[in-house]
Amino acid sequence: MSSYNRRKFTDVFVRSACVLSALIALVPLGSVLYYVTVRGIGGVNLDFFTELPKPVGEAGGGMANAIVGTLKLVLLACVFGIPPGVLAGVYLAEFGDSRFGKWVRFSADVMSGVPSITIGIFVYSLVVLTTKQFSAFAGGVALAILMLPTVTRTTEELLKLVPESLREAALGLGIPKWRATLRVMLRTAAPGIATGVMLAVARVAGETAPLLFTAFNNRFWSNGFNEPTASLPVNIYTYAVSPYEEWHRQAWAAALVLLLMVLILNISARLLVRSRVGAR
Amino acid sequence: MTTRVLSLTQAEDAMNVGQYGTSKSTPKKPSRPDDDLSKPRWDEVSVSTIVPKMRTEDLHAYFGQSEVLKGISLPIAEKQVTAIIGPSGCGKSTFVRCLNRMHEVVPGARATGRVLLDAQDIYQPDVDAVRVRRRVGMVFQKPNPFPTMSIRDNVLAGLRLNGERPDDPDAIVEKMLHRVALWDEVKDILGRAGTGLSGGQQQRLCIARSLALEPEVLLMDEPCSALDPIATARVEELIHELRKSYTIVIVTHNMQQAARVANFTAFFYLGKLVEHDRTDVIFTRPKEMRTEDYITGRFG
Repeated sequence: MSSYNRRKFTDVFVRSACVLSALIALVPLGSVLYYVTVRGIGGVNLDFFTELPKPVGEAGGGMANAIVGTLKLVLLACVFGIPPGVLAGVYLAEFGDSRFGKWVRFSADVMSGVPSITIGIFVYSLVVLTTKQFSAFAGGVALAILMLPTVTRTTEELLKLVPESLREAALGLGIPKWRATLRVMLRTAAPGIATGVMLAVARVAGETAPLLFTAFNNRFWSNGFNEPTASLPVNIYTYAVSPYEEWHRQAWAAALVLLLMVLILNISARLLVRSRVGAR
Repeated sequence: MTTRVLSLTQAEDAMNVGQYGTSKSTPKKPSRPDDDLSKPRWDEVSVSTIVPKMRTEDLHAYFGQSEVLKGISLPIAEKQVTAIIGPSGCGKSTFVRCLNRMHEVVPGARATGRVLLDAQDIYQPDVDAVRVRRRVGMVFQKPNPFPTMSIRDNVLAGLRLNGERPDDPDAIVEKMLHRVALWDEVKDILGRAGTGLSGGQQQRLCIARSLALEPEVLLMDEPCSALDPIATARVEELIHELRKSYTIVIVTHNMQQAARVANFTAFFYLGKLVEHDRTDVIFTRPKEMRTEDYITGRFG
């Protein structure tokens, strides 16, 4: 009986330790959300979304250019980063046992640990110095490189989770291998890959360091993709380190808007995937 | 005619088959696939005179260094059911996978020898394995409908993924699901995921998916081993129907199943073909000692 009581005690103890740890893990998340909302909500108004920044000392103004700029940068990062990332993941999953495949996998793992500012310097010397200007293009390249390893490894891991029996089913129907891979294997893994890609996009959308000397910043609208471009993270940094009270308020508002953008991105991706897969 | 049917019934009784096939062999309702009197019936032909749809000649198959099939020469009778039996690891599955070139899909696997489909050797270098697999369909051990597709899309998957756009897809879906006797069970839920069906239904759906490509030969690799007895009975019933139109090769662990569904049976042991004959002969008077030992349960 005493061993039973001991087991019961251990059960209660371990269970409460787990619950407590889960709560502790939620504290930073909750407090960040709470604090950013409380501090930022006051600065969010219609002007914030529609106006350009005002010069120092003038009240009002917004960050319309930075919001659009962030969207532009994320779009470019997706265009440059997702297709090669997904295809490299397919390569690793299908032919990754070769010596070259192992080498690719290893470098992807190493790359995911590279500090983002290093990638900023790399793109600075590669793109900014060659084109002789800061641009949304350069910023997009930097962000794409940053998300490449995540997208590649996520795609590979999720493709490997698709049962081999589905490939056999497809090949047994006389479907060529490339089509079986794309239309059956990749399609089956798509919800997971989409989630992984969205997480990579969300992470990249909030990056500041690689943008500091690639997209730089801009207090005005930038045309196309070949001019210095404002972005929310860089603006948050610039405004937060400034000595002006008004700018601090705007930095909090920008943080809140960025947070919401990432949240919306995540939720809509999940909804999109769910509605397309749940064919019932 | 009457004597023929009688002889058939007797043969089936002797083999203890046809619990649900008896209605097909009553004199009133002759629905044998080969009622054409000009052709010999399966139970009258001897194994040496069968008309082969496929034929292997000295087929060797390897996984890396190990030789799994050691020179198999076996004719596959047209529009008949040929069962492959034998203990685990004797090369049954490898053999059928060689018949539509699925064997080579596994890394390190290769095969030598000849596999004739009609008169063409499908292992010639200029033969496209993808085209072979469209003519020789395959049903696997575990039901494997595509999880991202609805029941309807699963039936059409072979056509669609081959880039074809059928004129009347709904008609094909209905026809194929009727053919596998699944239509009445799923006609109202065609939009639901195929993976939501029961195991037996999934397997019949997979058979419908193969049949939609109108193959000439259907290979079944232990199609009932993951199914319960009732679902197994449904699939076997289906095989009885399908042999009117298709050449079928079925791998099975279950000797009663071979006796129930197959016209011819081949016994494999350690990568070699031990005996190939009419099913009733294999099960009542096998020529080889090893066959008798296996079917009487002395080993395997």
